[in-house]
Amino acid sequence: MKVTFMLNGRAVSYDARPDEMLLEVLRREGWLGARRGCEDNNCGACTVIVDGKTVLACATFAAQVEGRSVTTIEGLGDPANPHPIQRAFVDAGAVQCGFCMPGMILSTKVLLDETPTPNLEAIQDALDGNLCRCTGYVKVYDAVQRAAAALAAGEETT
Amino acid sequence: MTTRYDDTARDRSAPDPVAFDVVGRNVEKVDGIALATGRAMYAGDFEIRGTLVGKILPSPYAHARIRRIDVTEARTVPGVHAVLTWKDLPRVPHTTAGQGYPEPSPYDTFVLDNKVRFVGDRVAAVAAETAEAADEALHRIRVDYEVLEPVLDARKALAAGAPVIHDEPEAHVVIPVRYEPERNLAAHVHAAVGDPATAFADPDAIVVEHEFETQYAQHCPIEPHVVLAYPDDQARLVIVTSTQVPFHVRRLVAQALELPVRRIRVIKPRIGGGFGAKQEVLLEQLCAALALAANRPVRMTYTRKEEFVAARTRHPQVIRIKAAVDPDGTPRAIDFTVLMNTGAYGSHALTVASNTGSKNLPLYTWKDVRFDASVVYTNLPVGGAYRGYGVTQGAFALECTIDELCEKLGSDPVEWRRNHHIRAGESSPIFEKLGEGKPGVPFTIGSCELDRCLEVGARAIGWKEKRARRETGPFRRGVGMAALMQGSSIPHIDMGAATIKMNEDGSFNLLVGATDIGTGSDTVLAQVAAETLGVSSEQIIVLSSDTDVTPFDVGAYASSTTYLSGEAVRRAAAQVADRIRDFAARMLDRPKDTLSLRGGRVHSDDGRSVSLADVGTESLYVSEQEQICATASCVTEKSPPPFAAHFAEVEVDMETGFVKVLKYVAAVDCGTALHPKLAEGQVEGAVLNGISYALTEEYLFNDKGRMLNDSFRHYKIYSTRDRLDIQTILVPSYEPTGPYGAKSVSEININGPLPAISNAIYHAVGVRMRRAPFTPERVLAAIREKDGV
Repeated sequence: MKVTFMLNGRAVSYDARPDEMLLEVLRREGWLGARRGCEDNNCGACTVIVDGKTVLACATFAAQVEGRSVTTIEGLGDPANPHPIQRAFVDAGAVQCGFCMPGMILSTKVLLDETPTPNLEAIQDALDGNLCRCTGYVKVYDAVQRAAAALAAGEETT
Repeated sequence: MTTRYDDTARDRSAPDPVAFDVVGRNVEKVDGIALATGRAMYAGDFEIRGTLVGKILPSPYAHARIRRIDVTEARTVPGVHAVLTWKDLPRVPHTTAGQGYPEPSPYDTFVLDNKVRFVGDRVAAVAAETAEAADEALHRIRVDYEVLEPVLDARKALAAGAPVIHDEPEAHVVIPVRYEPERNLAAHVHAAVGDPATAFADPDAIVVEHEFETQYAQHCPIEPHVVLAYPDDQARLVIVTSTQVPFHVRRLVAQALELPVRRIRVIKPRIGGGFGAKQEVLLEQLCAALALAANRPVRMTYTRKEEFVAARTRHPQVIRIKAAVDPDGTPRAIDFTVLMNTGAYGSHALTVASNTGSKNLPLYTWKDVRFDASVVYTNLPVGGAYRGYGVTQGAFALECTIDELCEKLGSDPVEWRRNHHIRAGESSPIFEKLGEGKPGVPFTIGSCELDRCLEVGARAIGWKEKRARRETGPFRRGVGMAALMQGSSIPHIDMGAATIKMNEDGSFNLLVGATDIGTGSDTVLAQVAAETLGVSSEQIIVLSSDTDVTPFDVGAYASSTTYLSGEAVRRAAAQVADRIRDFAARMLDRPKDTLSLRGGRVHSDDGRSVSLADVGTESLYVSEQEQICATASCVTEKSPPPFAAHFAEVEVDMETGFVKVLKYVAAVDCGTALHPKLAEGQVEGAVLNGISYALTEEYLFNDKGRMLNDSFRHYKIYSTRDRLDIQTILVPSYEPTGPYGAKSVSEININGPLPAISNAIYHAVGVRMRRAPFTPERVLAAIREKDGV
């Protein structure tokens, strides 16, 4: 079957089996920023945004995104023009091995879209589903606060 | 959650860090943006058309012999290209431990064997065009097992009549150490200085003796083990793998599959965390065997369940510790008796046990020491290298014992440690007595700011005020602490090398076998090169690691990369800088010794200068042309310990036994922090992993040896919701033998939470937790026992 949806702002139509998960399809089509860290919906490395909400691509059937809008990490920024959230994570020193980063950053995107100036508790709740074994999360909290400040400053200037 | 760079303790005789242009600064992580934008490539991201899926048939039994195995049907499944059993592979005993040659771990493993030794051990492997076909093929393999009695309790492994786990005649060791597989003894370590019995018998001495027990735990890198292996157009075997040890992978695959080393190329792309789990050559030999059998590319990816069950773990230990001090507190004697469980294979068995002693016993100035460790085989998951490497387990026993001695002495635990720890200029007989499978290397401590760590850490946690507090309500708070040391590299054994070549624009390629697994070592090594060459770190293009391209390095383990590989980089850069000055001397017509490199230029003392781009262009295109290039190697003479003082404040719920960490302070002497932010990140990650290990993480087994909690749903690692306030304080020292004064930082800080939290629980509620993890059930039971409920 074909699944047609908006991916990172472009219409795409991908082959998928009815029982196939979104993560399989995305990775097969070259969207490798969605990572596989477990297969039981627990690590958050495959987090993507569907219609403004975070979902686990390993727990979402590809067919479920028919007609919807999906954002992967590749839709946020690229190495030449990183998104302010991506820049903030690097500047805060929150990126170690980076494997959890796409999920972590997409969760941050949804958080800041909904709550532009989150307190620490809101950050901790929003990122709860994204496991990281490298950082101890200390610099992750800092990164989200930096990103919030950068986005707020960016809006003031534009 | 603040971090402070404490500068008041700096050795004024050492170079001023502000005199450095690049090291000591938070330069941009070289791969940071690539990682944050999701563009960086991990082993699972490399695509070659036609790649097959490799899968493993796991053993359902803890201990069984394979009587018959029939793969006829499996081979007929459409899409299946290879099915391998023990009959298809050369029978080569080897170790999966990614260690230098000759390895101190026993050769007790075969790529596939006719015996299985734990639930999840590998029985057979298939490669197929789809995961479904691979699963179908596994399903159709017929195995007739002779089920054997398993050994599921380390305390019973050495008993007469216990089942023998390695009864195969090939199991052997390749260095002269004690190894008795016929009685399940995988390793034995013994060292003694003087005779502790005298002190223990002294009626004036204050003696404490207890048993401590630590549990199985897993590293849980978010990226599991992933390997892509393929035969290339030269009939060579290319292996792209999530490894900490690419050169050991090349050597071990060559050994296990009886191939020449020259036929193997190992590429380490970005790695999604290791923590020791990937210091193991685990899947590479099997994936390579499948690729050769199928003559196609094959990828194998561990599931999270396989990661828990069949990858590697932290070796559980039972430690009986007996220590004596004089009535004035002077350390007299200590005796460590360790029983360590290595599981079904002896990976890192000897060396982890050795480190339990060698990196804990020198911390205080004991006069008499006895250390005795027996490492036993069981039919349980396999131990391996895990951040802390045996020091974690030993520090728990030692630092809780010190807390108890201090109580008996009426001494403040911070003060006692301040008075009795090893200092710069001193040595410990343990350094010489306890090596890794051979005697150690004697050396003198070159840098130690533990006093300062104790002082600033105590102040940050509010030690004096909180220690005086005694709470009585349903929630009781307490503070506890621990002092720590580790090492930096394995002296006279580990080797790291680096190559630097210059380009015409004044940039440099830095080629290192050293293995950035997410630690940021590519960035730190670039800083060392940049500092030496007088350029910004952006001018250094780092490649790690490819065995065809980069020079040798043992890899990312033993807290060695910054200290050992960093020094190799500094030496290579110094040689390149020297050659640059040869060219610049001609170009400026000035004597070489008047020239220095800084700011991307070569400056003469007469005020003239030439840019590195001009030197690069001159060298490649204009006159006396050559590739300016150097390779340097480093083997260390010592293993300078980093030191740390850790402080925990906890709150214990008297009704449930739940322990909450309110605040955690780690004050750390890692020498010069070459990149303070990355160093802090190493501390914070290690501390959280240590806290998680102290409070929740453990393997649960049924009575057949099957792990019951083999997923993140049932084996909990901490998430942001656990809301921990971790404060890192970097206390600078200057290690004279390290690159720009650096020592290691990555491992030491996982060792603090077990003892610091146990001691804090005691301060809060008066119970000594000697068995980890400190789950609500165990803490509540201890409280009730104390209260006589």
